[in-house]
Amino acid sequence: MSNERVPSLRIRTPEGIGFSLLLAGPFVRFLAMLVDAACIACATSVLSTVLHFFAIISLDFAKALFIVGGFLLSVGYGISFEWFWRGQTLGKRLFRLRVMDGQCLHLQFGQVVIRNLVRTLDMFPVLYLLGGAVCFLSGRSQRLGDIAAGTIVVRTPAVAPPNLESLSNHKYNSLRQYRRQGLQLRRTVSGEEASIALRAVLRRDEMAPEARCVFFAELADYFRSRVPFPPEASEGLSDESFVRNVLDIVYASPDPARSKDRPR
Amino acid sequence: MIADMDRFIAEETSCWKELEAVLDRMDRDVAFRMDSAGVRRFHYLYQRTSSDLARIGSFAADPELRSYLDSLVARGFSEVHEPRRLRGGFSPSAWFFRTFPSTFRRHIRAFALAAAVTLLGGVFGAVTLHMDRADKEILLPFEHLLGSPAERVAREERMVNENLARGKLTFSGYLMTHNTRVAISCLALGLTFGIGTLIFLFYNGVILGAVVFDYFAAGKVAFLFGWLLPHGVIEIPAILIAGQGGFVLAGALLGRSDGLPLGERFRLVWTDLATLMGGVALLLVWAGLVEALFSQYHEPVLPYSLKIGFGIAELAALTLFLALGGAAAQKTPGGRNV
Repeated sequence: MSNERVPSLRIRTPEGIGFSLLLAGPFVRFLAMLVDAACIACATSVLSTVLHFFAIISLDFAKALFIVGGFLLSVGYGISFEWFWRGQTLGKRLFRLRVMDGQCLHLQFGQVVIRNLVRTLDMFPVLYLLGGAVCFLSGRSQRLGDIAAGTIVVRTPAVAPPNLESLSNHKYNSLRQYRRQGLQLRRTVSGEEASIALRAVLRRDEMAPEARCVFFAELADYFRSRVPFPPEASEGLSDESFVRNVLDIVYASPDPARSKDRPR
Repeated sequence: MIADMDRFIAEETSCWKELEAVLDRMDRDVAFRMDSAGVRRFHYLYQRTSSDLARIGSFAADPELRSYLDSLVARGFSEVHEPRRLRGGFSPSAWFFRTFPSTFRRHIRAFALAAAVTLLGGVFGAVTLHMDRADKEILLPFEHLLGSPAERVAREERMVNENLARGKLTFSGYLMTHNTRVAISCLALGLTFGIGTLIFLFYNGVILGAVVFDYFAAGKVAFLFGWLLPHGVIEIPAILIAGQGGFVLAGALLGRSDGLPLGERFRLVWTDLATLMGGVALLLVWAGLVEALFSQYHEPVLPYSLKIGFGIAELAALTLFLALGGAAAQKTPGGRNV
């Protein structure tokens, strides 16, 4: 099930495998840019403090170093970080963003340079208004620098394979005794329906207790309406346990020999 | 029918985790290189994970699992499918002495356009000032250029030692960074279909033309050349090369009749643009040093003939460098640009 509200870029590999990249919108990119601007300001401040010592030797030399150093920091920060950190600056790393080639290939140094140089135009007239507007209107959330360099900025949320172990907790599943209904359940429940229930189970602790009860009651009623089990099958079962047992049947093997939840 | 998902995850997780660990290491360590066995293993893990993604694709499986596999395959894809040359050894001297001039020559028509627009602006500035001297205040937005050239020359020649006693390095740093910012803007304005770059270069030419005419009309030719040539012969071509980059960018945007999509057209020029801009930055560092440490010394400290001679020598060296640099490597069979 894809989240239609999140803009994404679909890439198809030569082997015919399709995968999606979540595109970062202008707002989160602006936040990352603010962090980067703060980092540059801090680095400039440090540079200024260090150069105070040079001023003892030569004020002229210290001022010249400050001017050149400040310029190199402002222009070189984005280029060097994005090159050495594979498309990430400190701000982007904090917000889990990454600059990538538009075709998902390696970033080339020329791309990194161009997207950072065209930043001058994106910043026009103030606070990245032009770049932000272009990013907002662009189908791939690209500012002018991204368009010129053929880059995109993607979100890289921390993801891990789902842990289905938590579904049954190795407890007895009373629904498994009803093989006919079990097979019917596997046949009629769609992947999308099952994934909604699975997400509810995996994220149960994020819900308020009352909301959780109501939500699982609705889910249980829905599954009961799809495949009616005898009343004794769910006797003494909470709605949440019923949904867990349904998922256990839907996701796990129909082969009782491999099932870890056989009646004991 | 939904797959036996828990078994599927249990069987494949170790493979996904192994691939994830390799990708994490690649992210952390830029210098990380695999041996041939490692590459084969990585390729196997990538293919197996891709296959898993394809398998769950037909089952409308759990979105978290899909996101996880999407993320792994996307990261692996850029490592496996890379038809372009990867990061190799970079030689700064080979880049500057060979790649930069040969890139310049490759886009010589864009440079010619930049030079023509600046020249046109120069002629416009000179003619406008010739027709009405009152336009000087409009054409020259610099206070030190608004007065009479004769008065300025007399003042500079009289006060030269006092003016040069302090602040030379600061002035030099300011010139380097200011001019580089200007050059970056000139290049970036290429994204306005070249119109911004065109206006920028034309206006630059207008100022230059007006200044030259003003000093010519006042009979201060030696001072003018002695003042402008030492740094101008590097600074002005550097800005023209930035304009060349702007026009190359505009050319990619406009596309002409090559039939390639926009992204591909940009893809063909971004390395050249980065090279041109890098070369421009280095030229402007030199120009900044010369302007601050040499150009501001006038007679009687330095004879104008020496300054003009130095400027001409620089121009000749720059011309030879841009015309011939890297040419031998291009002509040699198998010779390649670094």
